[in-house]
Amino acid sequence: MPREFTPKVVTANALIEGDVVYQTADDRWTRDLSEAELIKDEGLANLRLAQAEGQPELVVGAYLADAAPSEDGPQPTHFREEFRRTGPSNYFHGKQAELTDV
Amino acid sequence: MYNYSEFDAAFVAERNRQFRAQVERRIDGSLTEDEFKPLRLMNGLYLQLHAYMLRVAIPYGTLGSAKMRQLALLAEKWDKGYGHFTTRQNIQYNWPELRDVPDMLDALAEVGMHAIQTSGNTIRNVTADHFAGAAADEIADPRPVAELLRQWSTDHAEFQFLPRKFKIAVTGAPADRAVTLAHDIGLQIVEREGEIGYKVIVGGGLGRTPMIGKVIAEFVSQDDLLPYVEAVVSVWNLLGRRDNKYKSRIKITVHEHGIEDIRARVEERFKVIRPTFSGIDVQLFEEIKAAFAPPAFREESTAIFETTYKTDPIFRSWADVNLADHRAPGYAIVQISLKAHGETPGDATAEQMRVMADLAERYGHDELRISHEQNVILPHVHKSDLPAIHAELKKHGLATANIGLISDIIACPGMDYCALATARSIPIAQEIATRFDELKLEHEIGELKIKISGCINACGHHHVGHIGILGLDRAGVENYQITLGGDHTETAAIGDRTGPGFSADEIIPAIERIVEAYLDLRDGADETFIETYRRVGMPPFKAALYEQAEAYAAE
Ligand code: HEM
Ligand code: SF4
Repeated sequence: MPREFTPKVVTANALIEGDVVYQTADDRWTRDLSEAELIKDEGLANLRLAQAEGQPELVVGAYLADAAPSEDGPQPTHFREEFRRTGPSNYFHGKQAELTDV
Repeated sequence: MYNYSEFDAAFVAERNRQFRAQVERRIDGSLTEDEFKPLRLMNGLYLQLHAYMLRVAIPYGTLGSAKMRQLALLAEKWDKGYGHFTTRQNIQYNWPELRDVPDMLDALAEVGMHAIQTSGNTIRNVTADHFAGAAADEIADPRPVAELLRQWSTDHAEFQFLPRKFKIAVTGAPADRAVTLAHDIGLQIVEREGEIGYKVIVGGGLGRTPMIGKVIAEFVSQDDLLPYVEAVVSVWNLLGRRDNKYKSRIKITVHEHGIEDIRARVEERFKVIRPTFSGIDVQLFEEIKAAFAPPAFREESTAIFETTYKTDPIFRSWADVNLADHRAPGYAIVQISLKAHGETPGDATAEQMRVMADLAERYGHDELRISHEQNVILPHVHKSDLPAIHAELKKHGLATANIGLISDIIACPGMDYCALATARSIPIAQEIATRFDELKLEHEIGELKIKISGCINACGHHHVGHIGILGLDRAGVENYQITLGGDHTETAAIGDRTGPGFSADEIIPAIERIVEAYLDLRDGADETFIETYRRVGMPPFKAALYEQAEAYAAE
């Protein structure tokens, strides 16, 4: 039996800053996971990943990360993606600091 | 202190110019990431979890105040105001932007520093005893030979694409403060019938398959050293497993072929190579040695030190723990702890870097060292200056009296920064340090080395920690495995696993149970943790760890 496909987001790092970014449904790159497109179909996920890989002038290292739906948009299901979403635990640096500025 | 030649400067300038063009071409889209990645790695630039990371070499951990001030400038101008000192005498910046890195490299070049060969399958930064040139027990200063090796290995055409990275460490004293037994090559300076030479250790290393190195040559003379080391690297370059990344290090080659076979091959290769060394290296070595001449030590009363020691208990506890014996009378080696309780091990702010630079300039013959234990050393300080130095350190959060104690933890960046990590290291180190500070047990416990890595690569040296902690991912949850009995010194040993790991919530109480067990088991306050462990072995510690854990769970 084929393995069940779990929902994904396309994530990468921004080319210049290195920040964690996510692909949105309207083809932008956002730093806020809640704005990301949650993809529930495997074929679509592979297509969207290929599109992301076609933008080397914007991002590096695109991949599909597991995420779960919520009222606030996609949520991480693994702690690594949780840390990527927020920033390091030892300083108020990175995305956690920048996102509150928005 | 050693100054780089015009050749070095021109070489680095040319490399930086090339890299600036490469960055521009990456940004304008003419280079793909696949093309660019090996080029950025050649210049010490990684992409980590939240940002780029630039790794800068501090050869054999030695630097002066001008270099330290420049490191502070980089932290302030292009990073978030701090830098992370690593276990390989490098500094890492966690937040640079790609477009700024060429400027950072140029700023480093202004003071004779660079990031070349801090990544990739090359001979990495050569490390050395952080007390070099100062230690009371030293046979000879290990830095001249480290510098000779640095010059020989930098841009060495044959050794730019080795099977894997290659790490060399040198110690000039019988007490091994450079972890030479856990390096691809460890060199120990020895004396035989009045002649200085090298004991050569090969095939040590940590990571996935931790191994203690083996002696390949008991005594190699100064004149033969460079060709001998070249023979070792060359034999491995040929035999090393390029088919399997996990089997590519020289430790596996030595293990698979046996040390006798490797020794025979090295000796054969040495015979071929030896005549191609013209003796220039020997001449160069003499010049390098002269540049590492000790500073002019002064003779002065140490009365003020003794008075302060008697009257100021805070100064006394710092002096008891953070000073080491210097070979010159009236002098001391000052160890500045970058492990204030609750802070990130190895981090220093730009301001702290400047304070340390000022102290080195004013009181320390302009010399600083970075230790593999992620601390900073003022190697040559007259004891009469210690009260003033301590007062200044105190003002800047740098006077923590914990060198060698339970809160002097080595911790790699772990999953807070590192793309390869399987769990976090830093918060665990912070919590352990804070917890034992609250318990006020730290000084009572005495010498105890805790080392933490965020994955099996073992950058935090957990295998050689008295207590080692390895962060793993167990079904999507951070889990921490404990080893006991590791040792990073001349009696190096790989620690033994206690058993199943602990969750992030359980790990601090688990460490507490180990420490309590030690305090119960020890044969008086003079018996250190490692001595107790060696005497009683694993069982009582295991009982304390797991039986009590079960008892808690049953409550
Ligand atoms: C954050 C970026 C880093 C990356 C990507 C990285 C990567 C690695 C990898 C892949 C290994 C295993 C090599 C092998 O066995 O073949 C390793 C080992 C090691 N790294 Fe790192 N590391 C990083 C940071 C550090 C830091 C911050 C330190 C010091 C605190 C460090 C010091 C070491 C040491 C001492 C080893 C020991 C294993 C050995 O070579 O025997 N690394 N690192
Ligand atoms: S041990 Fe693992 S997590 Fe820690 S720095 Fe090395 S590669 Fe990263």
